[in-house]
Amino acid sequence: MTDTQNLTLVQAVRDGLHNELREDDDVVVMGQDVGKNGGVFRATEGLFDEFGGDRVIDTPLAESGIVGTAVGMAAMGMRPVPEIQFSGFMYPGFDQIVSHMARFRTRSRGRFTLPMTLRAPYGGGIRAPEHHSESKEAFYAHEAGLKVVIPSTPYEAKGLLAASIRDPDPVIFLEPKLIYRAFREEVPEEPYTVSIGEAATRREGDDVAVFTYGAMTRPTLEAAETLGEEGIECEVVDLRTVSPLDREAIVEAFEKTGRAVVVHEAPKTGGLGGEITAILQEEALLHQEAPIGRVAGFDVPYPLYALEDYYLPSAARIEEGILEAVEF
Amino acid sequence: MNVFDRAYDDTVRVLDEDGEVVGDVPDLDDDSLVGMYRHMRLARHFDGRAVSLQRQGRMGTYPPLSGQEGAQIGSAYALDDDDWMLPSYREHGAALVHGLPLKQTLLYWMGHEDGNNAPPGVNVFPVAVPIASQVPHATGAAWASKIRGEDDAFICYFGDGATSEGDFHEGINFAGVFDTPTVFFCNNNQWAISVPRERQTRSATLAQKAEAYGIDGVQVDGMDPLAVYSVTAAALEKARDPEDDRPRPTLIEAVQYRFGAHTTADDPTVYRDDDEVERWKRKDPIDRLESYLRDRGVLDDERLAEIESSVEARVADAIDEAESMARPDLRELFEHAYAELPPELERQYETLAALRDDRGDAAFLED
Repeated sequence: MTDTQNLTLVQAVRDGLHNELREDDDVVVMGQDVGKNGGVFRATEGLFDEFGGDRVIDTPLAESGIVGTAVGMAAMGMRPVPEIQFSGFMYPGFDQIVSHMARFRTRSRGRFTLPMTLRAPYGGGIRAPEHHSESKEAFYAHEAGLKVVIPSTPYEAKGLLAASIRDPDPVIFLEPKLIYRAFREEVPEEPYTVSIGEAATRREGDDVAVFTYGAMTRPTLEAAETLGEEGIECEVVDLRTVSPLDREAIVEAFEKTGRAVVVHEAPKTGGLGGEITAILQEEALLHQEAPIGRVAGFDVPYPLYALEDYYLPSAARIEEGILEAVEF
Repeated sequence: MNVFDRAYDDTVRVLDEDGEVVGDVPDLDDDSLVGMYRHMRLARHFDGRAVSLQRQGRMGTYPPLSGQEGAQIGSAYALDDDDWMLPSYREHGAALVHGLPLKQTLLYWMGHEDGNNAPPGVNVFPVAVPIASQVPHATGAAWASKIRGEDDAFICYFGDGATSEGDFHEGINFAGVFDTPTVFFCNNNQWAISVPRERQTRSATLAQKAEAYGIDGVQVDGMDPLAVYSVTAAALEKARDPEDDRPRPTLIEAVQYRFGAHTTADDPTVYRDDDEVERWKRKDPIDRLESYLRDRGVLDDERLAEIESSVEARVADAIDEAESMARPDLRELFEHAYAELPPELERQYETLAALRDDRGDAAFLED
């Protein structure tokens, strides 16, 4: 039997980085405060001491520099794992992400590939300062050439991170910081992978399919349990990868129920909810029994924390959204 | 001699670590000097109270400024009321001198949008959290003033870490090319969270980066408020009223130290030695100015006691004011997103408001 450790999500990320650094000399971790400080969320704690400053690298404060130099390293066959401290600070590196990280393989006709994984904590709900709470996965899902992975449990965080680091293509790995320490789970000590591009069913139900990911998985399951007590059974699907989407799993859950709601904390307009709705229109129109609902962040800049509890989809808002789909 | 005609590592000083005069004391009257001291004490006391509010759960994450009062207060004292300030997120003291009420700063860190809304006539930009992003704004704002033939000057604050960002380069390069009335004030406090100044750049000084942009660069002892005042005043003067052969923009590197954590979410004991902190604490800008003012005969125990109690009362009043503000109404989520709220956003607001009316705040709020 495999030995396990009882880990939080952020500890599982740390454990995943540890395993990959140990297994593959081409893996390097780089970013602001990832070395001596062990990361502002402690996601790299102890790695600097164990692997040294050439593999766990404190960089100057420059996101374009971090992403751009990682692109150069990856083009030479290394497997850099750059961290941007908060996803709200990725934008100075955005040009490197969309103009190069996403396109090197295409532009060089496969001569150069970028096996790199860009990690960043994302999302709201921790009473953080301005620009520390955004959820902008749709930017990256929109960019061809990138994979976008968002775990929601410790076990999967470790396995998906390993899969991302070993993947031949660049991955944006967004970590739901709201649930970094929300709960623990038994996580194998040994390395393992969880496949990119596969959704997971978190709860079975026949009445409505609810698609979500990341930190919103928990309030969605909470809403599903509440509604379950009223006899409404939700099938809750955790997408786990938002690009490429698991179309098969999405369509299957919808065909089973004929009704769907998408929950994400990112703004509604241009969010993944629209894409999932379009997939269902394309592939399962004749199964549809109600308008597909979206419970999402509002189309306003993410507020300072005095109002963030109104901004984020709460279990109450999710329940309302599901009821609308069910009662149509 | 012009203060800018010196080697980049020839640090401008007026007071030494004991408050003894080692340079040219700026031409400030006694009231201004005591006022400067009072503001430094105010900033220090505010800082301690803010950290404590955060610890008590009465405020969110907060970035402390202790140790940096000399640079903040000294530089802000050199501004005219009409000049503009573009702060990063740590310049609570500088913004206070330039007219931003303490209540605003408290509200911002208590998560209220109103904290970023400087009262009319207070020329302070909203806090810039993304590192160095305010640098090009300062160039652009100053450029606008120049294009319109106005004679305001602009001061932009940022840290040592910011000098690694592209925005730092682009903003200052534009300032050099378009000769804008901008003072770029680098609060080099030695640490960008856990990354030391030496790891940001191989340059011996940050001031010398000015050379590449063809503008003036000068290093000043940032824990010497009088030296900071002198250098900043000279840079602002040159920005407002350019000399024939000198560029209007200036890069000032104010060498100083952050006594506390990067923010209340940070634990600096992980990455730096207590010895280093103690060494810098001996340079405390408040002690230095206090010693000088006592020697000058304008500060005695009685006046100090008065300053202390007035500072405490002022901060306590500001905290009372800020804490008496109710949680903003949820309508505030949508206000100001656009001049006119688009119909879809109006609909989103109405749906949310209806749900709140139906289920109550308890369905949303954690506490």
